Amino acid sequence: MTTDTAVLSVRDLGMTFPGPRGVLRRAPGVRAVDGVSFDVRPGETLGLVGESGCGKSTTGRMLVRLLDPTAGQVSFRGQDITRAPQRQLRPLRSKFQMIFQDPFASLNPRKTVQQIIAAPLRAQGASPSTIREEVRDLIRLVGLAPEHLERYPHQFSGGQAQRIGIARALATRPELVVADEPVSALDVSIQAQIVGLMERLQAELGVAYVFIAHDLAVVKHLSHRVAVMYLGRIVELGDRADVYERPAHPYTKALLSAVPLPDPAAERARERIVLLGDPPSPASPPPGCTFHPRCPKAQAVCRTEAPVLAPDTPTRQVACHFPEA
Amino acid sequence: MTTPLLAVQNLAVTFDTAEGTVHAVKGIDFTVERGRTLGIVGESGSGKSVTSLAVMGLHRGATVTGSAQLDGTELIGAPDDHLRTLRGRKMAMVFQDALTALHPYFTVGDQIAEAYRSHFGGTRKAAHARAVDVLGDVGIPEPARRAREHPHQFSGGMRQRAMIALALSCEPDLIIADEPTTALDVTVQAQVLDLLTRLQRERGLGLVLITHDLGVIARAADDVLVMYGGSAVEQADAEALFTTPRHPYTRGLLDSLPRLDAAPDTALRAIPGTPPSLLAPPAGCAFHPRCPAYAATSDTRCTGERPPLRTVAGGHRSACIHDEVTA
Amino acid sequence: MIGYLLRRLAAMAATLLVVCALTFAVFYLFPADPAVQFCGKDCSTERIELVRQQLGLADPLIVQFWHYVTGIFAGQTLGTGQYAVQCGFPCFGYSFQSAQPVWDLMMDRLPTSISLALGAAALWLLLGVGTGVVSALRRGTRLDRTLMVGTIGVAALPVYFTAMILLYLVVTVAGLLPYPRYIAFTEHPGQWISNLILPWITLALLNAAIYARMTRNSVIETMAEPYVRTARAKGLRERRVVGKHGLRPALTPVVTMLGMDLGGLLAGALITESLFSLPGIGKLFADSLNKSDQPVVMGVTLLASFFIVSSNLVVDLLYAWIDPRARLA
Repeated sequence: MTTDTAVLSVRDLGMTFPGPRGVLRRAPGVRAVDGVSFDVRPGETLGLVGESGCGKSTTGRMLVRLLDPTAGQVSFRGQDITRAPQRQLRPLRSKFQMIFQDPFASLNPRKTVQQIIAAPLRAQGASPSTIREEVRDLIRLVGLAPEHLERYPHQFSGGQAQRIGIARALATRPELVVADEPVSALDVSIQAQIVGLMERLQAELGVAYVFIAHDLAVVKHLSHRVAVMYLGRIVELGDRADVYERPAHPYTKALLSAVPLPDPAAERARERIVLLGDPPSPASPPPGCTFHPRCPKAQAVCRTEAPVLAPDTPTRQVACHFPEA
Repeated sequence: MTTPLLAVQNLAVTFDTAEGTVHAVKGIDFTVERGRTLGIVGESGSGKSVTSLAVMGLHRGATVTGSAQLDGTELIGAPDDHLRTLRGRKMAMVFQDALTALHPYFTVGDQIAEAYRSHFGGTRKAAHARAVDVLGDVGIPEPARRAREHPHQFSGGMRQRAMIALALSCEPDLIIADEPTTALDVTVQAQVLDLLTRLQRERGLGLVLITHDLGVIARAADDVLVMYGGSAVEQADAEALFTTPRHPYTRGLLDSLPRLDAAPDTALRAIPGTPPSLLAPPAGCAFHPRCPAYAATSDTRCTGERPPLRTVAGGHRSACIHDEVTA
Repeated sequence: MIGYLLRRLAAMAATLLVVCALTFAVFYLFPADPAVQFCGKDCSTERIELVRQQLGLADPLIVQFWHYVTGIFAGQTLGTGQYAVQCGFPCFGYSFQSAQPVWDLMMDRLPTSISLALGAAALWLLLGVGTGVVSALRRGTRLDRTLMVGTIGVAALPVYFTAMILLYLVVTVAGLLPYPRYIAFTEHPGQWISNLILPWITLALLNAAIYARMTRNSVIETMAEPYVRTARAKGLRERRVVGKHGLRPALTPVVTMLGMDLGGLLAGALITESLFSLPGIGKLFADSLNKSDQPVVMGVTLLASFFIVSSNLVVDLLYAWIDPRARLA
């Protein structure tokens, strides 16, 4: 992994949200994200998985500067954008975009689809005739028809609205799209349509994705590499085959074994690791390795020392004192 | 032949809305035996949740016809005073989101004790002791202390356990669980599902498990009912449904599912189009606008009558006129 | 909880102090000179100057303010020599026009305002909440529609119109009741009611309409909550489902609004009091404003803000008591 070939590189990214104000002073802050580092290569998909509160969405928002990180660095094409003022960011903005979970909440209900998709192009200063042409191309590209352009978001189904969100994100031909749970609000039969669309667009346009989701199967299907997050940290990061076929972190292993397979015979034969309890609150993380209270392999050292993310094979890093062989 | 625990026949539910009549459920049949789990799977608008509410008599403002017999007692059309004595006592429900399904003002213990007392009477103290017992049964640590807490003080997994404890408190014969694990994290989902199936086995309960997740069905269900657009399109035991799905919708659903156990780079075959509108459903088979078999044949029978469920193999029923073609 | 209470009380004191300072600044900088008023119409310039000295009006504003604030807690002697007036604790100033401490004037009027406010509130709660609940539970029926159209009609009636119609029909035409005047409850409970019933109705009608609509919305919203469905799924009787699981959360916002409205009403129902010539705080305020009796105007302003600020606190505490989720603060 070398930084100069990466579209996006993230180093020691951290986000601490301020705690509630007490009588005399603030309560300690909540470390939503802590020491997250990874690279995204051109045209690849990096999957970011984890349970609620693991910091995956917060990370996604920091990547496109919807949130300002409290620590670390985000570089786009080698250029540090972590603290760049918005004015300086503008020419770069068109190169990284975001897709959200709730397509309706992220589309302005008072604007037509034409206006919604055209907005980022207009911000770039394109001429009206170019814009009209581009928008027609885009709407076809995402599998809708030009007659849809004069309608308003509420006239669409969830899957169609998500297509519009994707068309808007792709309007400026970005090199990177951060997709935060883009299919989890959709019906199963519609999810596959959107996943298929995203795959096709990547093949045609060479866009890189950071795909954030809690659904391990969807992430496996789409991603080239996968980062597993737990309580604000990456616990395992590597090629899809490493993470899914030979998981090294006990949490990854438990997570994978917890997903029910649509195959009754396999389900009966399967050995499952059922973790105890719920994921702890990021407001009061356990000491040492934050996973130790739920870890079947925890030893004394896990309670005191936090393991660092370190290479385990050439294509995988893991943060565990006792990784799976 | 003994009477089944729950026998539903030709159950239909309609709502009158400002925009017209919605046929949410269009005549479905199923039975649930003691000690068995029926999974009802479907997408939003398929009528799976409406079915469960109709059986419980909790539908508001809907017209329900047909029959649903619990242990031989007819539920549809029964006076609410009678249904009330069965609700919670003989049949209980586990809802999806325990945070909104439990009352924010009362302690978890009080809410369970209230259900117990409404069916068995007795002292507050006895009912409270019962609440603590069932909270312990569902694996909540320090149940005596947790019983005095409010739902918002529980974690998501513990809250869903409390919801299950509430359903179990009066020792019902039938439990209807509507998306009981959907709001939970994967690791917690596994715990709750294991708990539900263990309790079901140990107590010989009939369980109706409503979900959109085929993985949950595969893990927990003995029999499966697939619903689409308010109708049952396929009915089989779980083994048969997953190994030899018959209806084009079921197959489409299985093919469109990203799977953890799939070989890398297996293409997903999405079902085109969108689920049917409830207000203006397609004529004939509700699935025909999205169906590959109809696209290939343009068979007029698909757009005529709604195809009924027909037995295609032992205990396996499918509602597709193309079944002899595609089988 | 104790810490929260202390913080809230401190905030409340600070708010009142700011209100006090603002009203002080407004009333003592702008309008008529109290010394002139005290002295009377034909007063020589020298005499006014003397009065001003003796009343302490020549002192810097901040010193006067200090005297005013300390006076509230310790009482004070206003003026010196022949004009000296004793104004005991709690001293909210002295009305030279009526030759009485402001506190005494306000305390004279307060029972009227309290009677008016509490009676009216009880009436509109009964009417408004009752109508709202019935309407919500019979949603979509003819009864619901009739009630809701009725509330719009009632809400559109101006208070003075209602008052005049009531007075004309009940007092003048039918002669059922005497023309209202205030009779203390302790003096004669029956007459207390018969004299106040018309002002109560006047004040209650408008609020009842507002409360009915709000209650209806709140009940409809709550009855659709999943926890109400859970209560039914448990097999509870419908009366208990509605009464315990539905109405309690539904009425929480009503309690909040009632607290706010009562706070405002205790500070005087100006129009209603004037229309029925009831000697309440609102009437006192209006009369004093007309007479430019600044100490009274200021005292009433302070009393009003005290009622409003403290009703806010009571509402918040009540809220925490009703809804356990609000107890975290």
